Amino acid sequence: MSGPISLSKLALGQQAVLRSFPPAGAAFLRLREMGLLPGTRLILVRQAPLGDPLEIEVRGYRLSLRRAEAECILVDPDSPS
Amino acid sequence: MNASSAVSKTVGGPPGRAPVYALVGNPNCGKSTLFNALTGLKQKVGNYPGVTVEKKVGTAYSQHGQPMPVIDLPGAYSLAARSPDEAVTRDMLLGRRLDTAAPDRILCIVDASNLERNLYLVHQILDLGRPVIVVLNMMDLAAKAGVRIKVERLEKELGIPVIPCEAAHGRGLIELKLAMSRPDLPLPRHRWDIPSPIAPAVSELQASLLENDRKAPLSARAEALLLLTDQDSVRVAGSTPLSSRTTDILQSWKVRWEGQGVDWAATLVASRYDAIARLCADVLERGTPEQEGASLSDRIDGVVTHPVWGWLVLGGLMGALFLSIFTLAEYPMTWIDDHIAQAADAVKAAMPPGDLRDLITDGAIAGVGGVLIFLPQILILFFFIGLLESTGYMARAAFIMDRLMSRVGLNGKSFIPLLSSYACAIPGIMATRTIEDAKDRLVTILVAPLMSCSARLPVYLLMIAALVPGDTIPVGTKVGLMLLMYALGTSAAFGFAWLFKRTLLKGEPPLMIMELPPYRLPRVRDVILQMVERGGLFLRRAGTLILGISIVLWFLSTYPKAPEGATAQAQMAHSFAGQAGQLIEPVIRPLGFDWQIGIGLIASFAAREVFVSTMGVVFNAQSDADDTAPLRQALASARWPDGAPLFTPLVCLTLMIFYVFAMQCVSTIAVVRRETNSWRWPLFQLAYMTGTAWVVCFAVASIGRLLGY
Repeated sequence: MSGPISLSKLALGQQAVLRSFPPAGAAFLRLREMGLLPGTRLILVRQAPLGDPLEIEVRGYRLSLRRAEAECILVDPDSPS
Repeated sequence: MNASSAVSKTVGGPPGRAPVYALVGNPNCGKSTLFNALTGLKQKVGNYPGVTVEKKVGTAYSQHGQPMPVIDLPGAYSLAARSPDEAVTRDMLLGRRLDTAAPDRILCIVDASNLERNLYLVHQILDLGRPVIVVLNMMDLAAKAGVRIKVERLEKELGIPVIPCEAAHGRGLIELKLAMSRPDLPLPRHRWDIPSPIAPAVSELQASLLENDRKAPLSARAEALLLLTDQDSVRVAGSTPLSSRTTDILQSWKVRWEGQGVDWAATLVASRYDAIARLCADVLERGTPEQEGASLSDRIDGVVTHPVWGWLVLGGLMGALFLSIFTLAEYPMTWIDDHIAQAADAVKAAMPPGDLRDLITDGAIAGVGGVLIFLPQILILFFFIGLLESTGYMARAAFIMDRLMSRVGLNGKSFIPLLSSYACAIPGIMATRTIEDAKDRLVTILVAPLMSCSARLPVYLLMIAALVPGDTIPVGTKVGLMLLMYALGTSAAFGFAWLFKRTLLKGEPPLMIMELPPYRLPRVRDVILQMVERGGLFLRRAGTLILGISIVLWFLSTYPKAPEGATAQAQMAHSFAGQAGQLIEPVIRPLGFDWQIGIGLIASFAAREVFVSTMGVVFNAQSDADDTAPLRQALASARWPDGAPLFTPLVCLTLMIFYVFAMQCVSTIAVVRRETNSWRWPLFQLAYMTGTAWVVCFAVASIGRLLGY
């Protein structure tokens, strides 16, 4: 099993568990309030036609966030099995 | 310890009047559908004083015909506000607004198919210490997704009524109204543990809020909790500030935690979600969804956000939107024009000639026409926007366009308002209400009038006609010049957006945290209701201002009266507008314009297309929109006092460029005044746009002269 990678590095359709957030920033607080917390399962669903923003599935709904934010979020990808 | 200490106190309505309900919920959970279903057409739409957040109030009736007032609060994901809309919801629920009393009871609507995240807001609201009814909307969608909710268990855990419902199909409304009309409702019983590093701070803040800010005991606790997650970035007018003692306590705790490395806000959010997870484990049963594999929404998204098809769909929809604003609106606009003219003629026939008659026909009736003429475009645009929003496509358009808009520091949500501004900046500016971030919204409003609107077309066409010698204009020249004007305006809009985001309205790093709701069939009734409301708001709020300014402009071009028997041409030169034209000549002379063009510039401040008719009066040419030939000849023979031709090709080009940039539209100013709630921004807009127009025109005129044109 490999170490944590940034959310933006996930392959499309890949599942992962959120590991950590940067400590500060209003953007990340809102992402937490939207249910994106350490330990939450998520799937990278797709990216916009120009590669940014990204669409993820979390707690049964779809959320878009920019690559810039996704790069700061670390996730543990499920090992492809 | 999840649901202990049963504080099952009951609270009756306030004596002597029916309890006021506030309807709250996440965006996309069917809140407006429920509001419309509860209150029908008995709604009042306005603004909260000082902010441009829509205030909707309606009345629902109990089974016994008792009225129950309902305030529809703006959709919010959390009480820790990130937009003016959310700030109003927060302030209303906490009783911070001076203009509107806090609601007595709260109706909290949640999307049953997305319960976990929706419960976050509910969880914050339960803390408020007010009677709450939870409405589980979209039960049908939840069932389809294989989610079963044990309603009675949830009721027991929270200690308050929980009403399952399908607002879109009118199911569950009777049960909801029965619950709402109960004389007393229990207070929420749900308790959760505040994480230990934070608990002492909450107690201390709560005590201070009780003592120094005179808050009620339970709402003081809720507010203390909220202060710890609130970024305080969103303050809106009309909200009472906290006492300095409370802010000092808050600040000292933050400093202490920072030293200890405690992330207090994150801890609080996490402990709320822990409590929600425990709750969901009790009340949620996940079965298998009705259909296996990719959902319908996913399959639609496969096309709509596809690297190739996505652009085609977007282009097709926007083309349809643009065409319908342009062409479909033309029929009602012509109809309005004709009837306004008929009304004016009728008055002219019925009244003796005189100033009063002119005031009524040329001032008031023309002014009313100038307001009504915008309605078809506004209604069509909002119908489309409503459709796109209620189906869920709007979020996809923002998703696709975000990358491009982010180049100038905006986000995808500015795309539709800017595109609409090609037809008319007024509906475009009104459409910026969907942009949550206040600064992004303001930047979009500031640059929207630079997109070449349809009112500029008559000016462009006249100038192109005057520019090209001979009777027929080569199509290539015409199209080329038009495209040049559109390109100039568009690049200026993006350039200024970039500039404003970097200087004047420098904000937080751009954000695009947006829910992509599943596609749904549009609710046409809700869409039409919203469209009519927008039209009504425009008439009431901006219409009156536009009418007033139109009458003033009429006055300026009519008085003082020229001596008896003077021609219309002489009267125009004699009027205040004519005098003002002469007054501004020194300023516009460097651009190659004389005082007669100056009159046109001043008069067309009412609306850009007025330039054409004013030129008709000033140069004494009979012309109408369909046939500009007489006016073209009159312009061609216009001369400076020294005999040099006035409308040289260079001057025509410069004039067109002037109209690309200059803020020549009182209606836009009126709408910006209404949408930003101050005169500061429309005046700034007037200054920067007209200033840019002058500088660019001066550069073009100077270079042109140097090159010998």
